[in-house]
Amino acid sequence: MQLGRVVGHVVLSLKNDTLDGVTLLLVQPLSSLREPVGRVVVAADSVGSGTGEEVFFVRGKEASFPFHPTEVPADAGIVGIVDHWHIG
Amino acid sequence: MILARVTGTLVATQKNPKLEGAKLLLVQPLTLEDTPRGPELLAVDGVGAGVHEKVLIVLEGRAASDAIDRKAAPVDAAIVGIVDRVDFG
Repeated sequence: MQLGRVVGHVVLSLKNDTLDGVTLLLVQPLSSLREPVGRVVVAADSVGSGTGEEVFFVRGKEASFPFHPTEVPADAGIVGIVDHWHIG
Repeated sequence: MILARVTGTLVATQKNPKLEGAKLLLVQPLTLEDTPRGPELLAVDGVGAGVHEKVLIVLEGRAASDAIDRKAAPVDAAIVGIVDRVDFG
């Protein structure tokens, strides 16, 4: 998984049926120092996160698991909203 | 699998139910020379690792899910071992 910040959302009018009702959010991956790392990704949200929140997201097929049994065609998915982290 | 160093801990109340009770650790992937390589990752802990320890990470969903004994958990990285040492040759 990776840390990220929600920076926006994507609205689709024409989409794959299995994406119905799935919120797609723009996520900027972050380092633990809150610096942007790499490019923004579009991620399927299953935890009710919103713009400005710090989240963590999973990449790959596992992004669709929260929507089981629907096979959502996503390769990135937000799976948690961060309360805080602590660097040892 | 990759070698990494545990750099921190993370707390998230609102998360996927399959992650309930799982320990989430921030890890920095390492080169064989122990220098940082690439961005930090968040991994679920399957072995009881702690901050500063060098660990073995599996970067694949099925294996990561197995490491924390949960079927179809939405995870892509898990700590599966604590490294004592690495020998070359």
